[in-house]
Amino acid sequence: MLLLLILFPLAAAGIALLLPWHQGRSWLLPASGALHLILVGLAVAEGAVGHGPWIGLDALSRIVLVVTSLLYFGCALYAVAYFEQHRDRGNKVIVPCLLVFLSVMSLAIMARHLGLLWISVEATTIVSAPLIYYNRNQLSIEATWKYLLLCSVGIALAMLGILFIAYAALVGGGVPVSLQFDTLLSGAATLSRPWLHAGFVFLLVGFGTKMGLAPLHTWKPDAYGEAPGMVGALLAGGLTSVAFLAILRALQLMNAAGDGAMARQQLLGLGLLSLLVATVFMVRQPDIKRLLAYSSVEHMGILAIGVGIGGLATFGAMLHLVNNALTKGCLFLAAGNIQRAYASKRLSEVHGAIATLPVSGYLFLAGFLAIAGSPPFGLFMSEFTILRGIFSRGETLVGLLILLLLAAIFIGMGATVLTATQGDPVKLDTAFNDNFLLVASPLGFLLLVLVLGVYLPEPMQTALREAAALLEAKP
Amino acid sequence: MVNLLLITVILINFYTLGSARLVACIRAVALQGGLLALLPLATHGPSGHALLLGVGALTFKGILIPWLLLRAIREVRIRREVEPYIGFVATLALGTLVTAAAFIFADFLPLAAEHLGGMFVPTSLATMFSGFLLLITRRKALTQVLGYLVLENGIFVFAVLLSEAIPLMVETGILLDLLVGVFVMGIVLNHIGREFSTLNTKRLTALKE
Repeated sequence: MLLLLILFPLAAAGIALLLPWHQGRSWLLPASGALHLILVGLAVAEGAVGHGPWIGLDALSRIVLVVTSLLYFGCALYAVAYFEQHRDRGNKVIVPCLLVFLSVMSLAIMARHLGLLWISVEATTIVSAPLIYYNRNQLSIEATWKYLLLCSVGIALAMLGILFIAYAALVGGGVPVSLQFDTLLSGAATLSRPWLHAGFVFLLVGFGTKMGLAPLHTWKPDAYGEAPGMVGALLAGGLTSVAFLAILRALQLMNAAGDGAMARQQLLGLGLLSLLVATVFMVRQPDIKRLLAYSSVEHMGILAIGVGIGGLATFGAMLHLVNNALTKGCLFLAAGNIQRAYASKRLSEVHGAIATLPVSGYLFLAGFLAIAGSPPFGLFMSEFTILRGIFSRGETLVGLLILLLLAAIFIGMGATVLTATQGDPVKLDTAFNDNFLLVASPLGFLLLVLVLGVYLPEPMQTALREAAALLEAKP
Repeated sequence: MVNLLLITVILINFYTLGSARLVACIRAVALQGGLLALLPLATHGPSGHALLLGVGALTFKGILIPWLLLRAIREVRIRREVEPYIGFVATLALGTLVTAAAFIFADFLPLAAEHLGGMFVPTSLATMFSGFLLLITRRKALTQVLGYLVLENGIFVFAVLLSEAIPLMVETGILLDLLVGVFVMGIVLNHIGREFSTLNTKRLTALKE
């Protein structure tokens, strides 16, 4: 069952390579996305746990898998209309890449072996490079090069971290030297401390590069800025969550070894730094997609802070992961529509989006309100939960600092978004118009985030609580 | 035998740091990959795992990846690394420093008893540092790929110590990832060469705040 989630997108990619028909290839994406979503639903409903030592599902990966699959389906629907408008550029390369991307992301989420986890995360880097390069101009090639090189080097450091953990087992001598996650987890207490700590730091730096935590985020604004909107959505909502999951695995190991406090401190530090850096670059940002990229840095920071504080805040971070992924989906797709209509993503050209493109304009504005954590959207609930967790732990200073930065981000981001959306209608040179497929997915994402803000269903609460429980230090 | 291999690996690090000729650098990195393929055999004896790992490393690191890179530079017709950020002599000096530091640092690490005083860990560290130096000090996109490969070679040396922990399937996956990664980098290199008519990353600075 779980294996199917990995294999059938690969098969679909093979079909896409052979299919000599533009629209057929485009529709292969939502068809595969829908099938993936159904299979994920079935696997979660029957509580599948997986096959032996290689792949499996636990409470943490279940959440990430559901979110990623949902986001992918929405982006795939959007992609059909997107490729229709870019017939000249073709989709012979990008569709197979998108399908392989789905496959390796599923593999990365379900991997129970650290080696397999590494292989699949590196594979996501490689197949997403052609996605970023879709527009084939000088700027996108620069973005692709930076992304490819920085992330590959980052992931190489994560490999070193994984090897250090295996070495910790070798020096500790308590468990058979293996990279199977459950084996490592059960024998974590016997791991050699210095090597385990070094391993954690390298894993944090390596997968942190992929996740885009400051100061390792420098590829992010370039890549998200130059990639097509749906690719930005998939990277900012899906891939970053996968990288975060990899960091959480390392945290689980540290917890099991009894050194969770140290790991949490490092996460908290990086999280605060990310929030600070994002604030600095978001104020007066003249480019709407780069703005979203820094917003992604900000929310990765909030996730790291939530997990770094622990307790109630961990629950909040799990909820935040879901909310952030869906809202990023809405924002990047809406921004993509605006960019295509104006043939620009800079404030010098983009203004009056609501009057010019009513649906996408309103979606972008509402998406901004959601991502900035205004009620009644889901991110208000999750950020509020994280803050409550922080204050209840007595970290008043950290809590106040976060509140201050969030307020600054709200104002800074608001200035850019309002300039882009408000104002008189603009006469557009492009033939772009909102159509159903281009706005249905972002609208769907936004409605989901709205529902999550008003009402959190009982099964989902349980799922989030179980996931958070996996990250708690055992006494 | 093992120590001889490792010393040659370090010497190749210096060669790549000091040479301006790109083709020679690629060949040197290929040779380094080929030597690393002998390492599992020399360390663990001729077992099936070591043999397959060696063959895999030789095919990927020693033959396929260098071939991809050589093809990439033939297409963009670039032969020499000019004006690096830090001069060749200075990089060599830095390389000597980091290699010495790697040897001293390795003595302080809490290694397993059988690895104490061995050459493995210092060689691995020195090779990784050299890879980083190449990545940082060179302007040509191609040399940056070489730096990444040298970094991966350093990690491979460390991985040989742990080869019983890493199943063959995972090793193959890692090597395959590396190959496809370099393949994609080669394509991007080609496009950089065409769009900018140079491989200087100095020109890749349009995206900034």
